[in-house]
Amino acid sequence: MAKLVFKRPKTLKQVISHYCPGCGHGIIHRLIAEVIEDLDIGEKTIGVPPAGCAVLAYNYIDVDMAEAAHGRATAVATGIKRILPDRIVFAYQGDGDMAAIGTAETIHAANRGENITCIFVNNGVYGMTGGQMAPTTILGQLSTTTPGGRDMARDGGPLDLSEMLALTSGSVYIERTAVNSPKNVRRTKKAIAKAFKSQMANRGFSLVEILSPCPTNWKMSPVDSHRWIDKVAASVFPLRVIKDKTEES
Amino acid sequence: MLKKTVFAGFGGQGVLMMGYVLAFSAMRDGLQVTYLPSYGAEVRGGTANCTVVVSDEEIASPVSSSPDFAVVLNRPSMMKYQGVMTSGGIMILNSSLVDVDPSRKDLDVVKVPANDIAAELGSDRTLNMIMLGAFVAKTGISSVDSVMNGLGEIVKGKNARIMELNRKGLERGAAYALREQKVSR
Amino acid sequence: MSEKVLMRGTHVVAEAAVRAGCRFYAGYPITPQNELPEYMSDAMARLEDGTFIQAESELAAINMVIGASIAGARAMTSSSSPGISLKQEGFSFLAAQELPAVIVNIMRGSPGLGNIAPSQGDYFQATRGGGHGDYRSIVLAPASGQEMADLTRKAFDYADRYRIPVMILADGMMGQMMEPVLLPESIDPRKLPPKPWILNGAKGRPSRVIKSLLLDPSVEEAHNWKLVRKHEMIGREISDAETDLMDDARIAVIAYGTAARIAKGAIKRVRETGLKVGLLRPVTLWPFPEKVFRGLDESVENFLVFEMSTGQMLEDVKLSLAGRGEVHFYGRPGGPIPTPDEVAKVISRLYHRQKL
Ligand SMILES: Cc1ncc(C[n+]2csc(CCOP(=O)(O)OP(=O)(O)O)c2C)c(N)n1
Repeated sequence: MAKLVFKRPKTLKQVISHYCPGCGHGIIHRLIAEVIEDLDIGEKTIGVPPAGCAVLAYNYIDVDMAEAAHGRATAVATGIKRILPDRIVFAYQGDGDMAAIGTAETIHAANRGENITCIFVNNGVYGMTGGQMAPTTILGQLSTTTPGGRDMARDGGPLDLSEMLALTSGSVYIERTAVNSPKNVRRTKKAIAKAFKSQMANRGFSLVEILSPCPTNWKMSPVDSHRWIDKVAASVFPLRVIKDKTEES
Repeated sequence: MLKKTVFAGFGGQGVLMMGYVLAFSAMRDGLQVTYLPSYGAEVRGGTANCTVVVSDEEIASPVSSSPDFAVVLNRPSMMKYQGVMTSGGIMILNSSLVDVDPSRKDLDVVKVPANDIAAELGSDRTLNMIMLGAFVAKTGISSVDSVMNGLGEIVKGKNARIMELNRKGLERGAAYALREQKVSR
Repeated sequence: MSEKVLMRGTHVVAEAAVRAGCRFYAGYPITPQNELPEYMSDAMARLEDGTFIQAESELAAINMVIGASIAGARAMTSSSSPGISLKQEGFSFLAAQELPAVIVNIMRGSPGLGNIAPSQGDYFQATRGGGHGDYRSIVLAPASGQEMADLTRKAFDYADRYRIPVMILADGMMGQMMEPVLLPESIDPRKLPPKPWILNGAKGRPSRVIKSLLLDPSVEEAHNWKLVRKHEMIGREISDAETDLMDDARIAVIAYGTAARIAKGAIKRVRETGLKVGLLRPVTLWPFPEKVFRGLDESVENFLVFEMSTGQMLEDVKLSLAGRGEVHFYGRPGGPIPTPDEVAKVISRLYHRQKL
């Protein structure tokens, strides 16, 4: 008897992806869709994708979605959640969005303990605008605005936003994962599920940072970019649970 | 004289470079030029195109509603541009990738099996120069020599082997177009 | 003599800025102007005294420029429509504190995130000062690669001369298009006239304050009137427009920047069919070249304003004409690039309807 081992979650629209080959956004969209389906919250979830490669997330994830200005997703999500506290509200942000232009909104949403979930996609560059330095770009890493490599004296070092957010009193759950191997993909799905459940239990601010490949702007093959996450990115941004207070009341 | 040319194909086929080399060489020939590339997400989405206008007097608009010439490297580009070209316009077509003929009968079409020639030369990278060579030979808008000099200035410092390959590409393309012309006469 | 170069508009502005003595650039990526900061990141690194900062936001970038200007540098930032909105607070502070700075807006289809195609939708925002309060900023509208270079040089000179923010208002097409350009000679910023108002430490002089908090309304009022006198002087001294084929024209097409280029192509076409049509192209959008409108021959009674917007400069044209003649409008907002053929059709239709 045939056993079904793979199917497209209903929450993922059946369309052709616009993402570049090897991009991590598509995997992460799928994981979110699966979690929404597993938790059966498709009819009460609202997503907030701001400017970034994933601004088109609403073309893929079939729940209510509100596009936000670059950097403002956590503020928009805050407004939605405060009016509709029983809905599940998540922001889906790139590293430029979350850790550069939107730092203030992010830190203060966490500090207020907004009961929302942030999916923080760390690909180390500004993807949508063509590969400029991001706050998470690693020292020495080439980008179109660091033609000589990111330089500590000029550009500062990579920003550990998740660790910073863990210091705020309102954050309850922060984990960093990656989507460069089957094992890490499974771990990421678990983390997303945990963050959503924490929100459903009204715990407060939750965030999953996901190291995600951008072969186009890294100018690497998809396979090499997966290796690079293991060898380089994860040594600067270690994969781990950074904060977990979901069990405390 | 005012001629508008579109170069179009997949991103990565060297479409923008082709247009740039023509614009640069025409500038060095003392002509007026404008070069307008497609840009941004559009380029990463797969297709790339640029419009080059060459004239001996001031160029008003760099956009073209009806190009005189088109150099097309793939099928979607052929479909897109055949409809808007001026009557009697010249289309240089990469016949290695486009196996259908344009439906317009009032165009002068030169089919160049550019990928096959590039394979003979041992480098896919020469594809755009083969097409450009065919284009200048056919249209006379510039010359293989001008383009070669222009290219030399643009890629100053690039290694000699690549320049040699590009030169071969230009020459092979030009020779192909001229031979086609003789045959059709 | 130097040779012409073939560079895209954003690179031309960047290189012209370096040659104008700009030594400080702060910006934030946004399409379709990313090549400008990318060029600057490299160009500034090559200079001993150059600073490039990729700021964390447009708001930070404009405030970094404010700081650099206060410290005496020729400073610049650039962005595109959504990012310009974030800089608006800074424009107001630059104007209030009478600080020179150059801001480049490579406009794109808007409002909101819109798209990355060329558009002229930010005309009101730019020409009405740019931020909150009662003031104006100089706005220059290049229509060619060469003007991208020349107006960039002028922008820095005007900014210093009048102590005012100057915006270069272009769009995605001007930013991406390449044309042969003769770049201006480089100037050494150390040889520029000294600025006696900057903050550099009160060594051997009384301390200075640069501020905009004027709690006493009568003081704020006096400051506002002072800015107005400056604005009037700027209006007399720098307002500029190009006229083309206006001698016998029955219709004047009025357009700036990219739209003016398209209009020129359209006019060429209709002239070939015998229609008498000319072009009036404002180069300074603020100060608006009213004088040129007032100087037009009485025989021109039809004006066609053509913009890549729903009609913004249109209002300034009407104000300048003060009720004279008939003002018509053709607009394409949101990003599509109108073609010369399309505009030529609009012109001929108007020409025949008006029985000219
Ligand atoms: C105010 C404003 N500034 C700049 C932009 C241009 N912009 C769009 S997305 C983006 C950053 C993209 O990087 P990231 O957030 O890391 O997401 P990614 O595309 O890499 O997934 C920028 C700078 C904008 N849309 N709005």
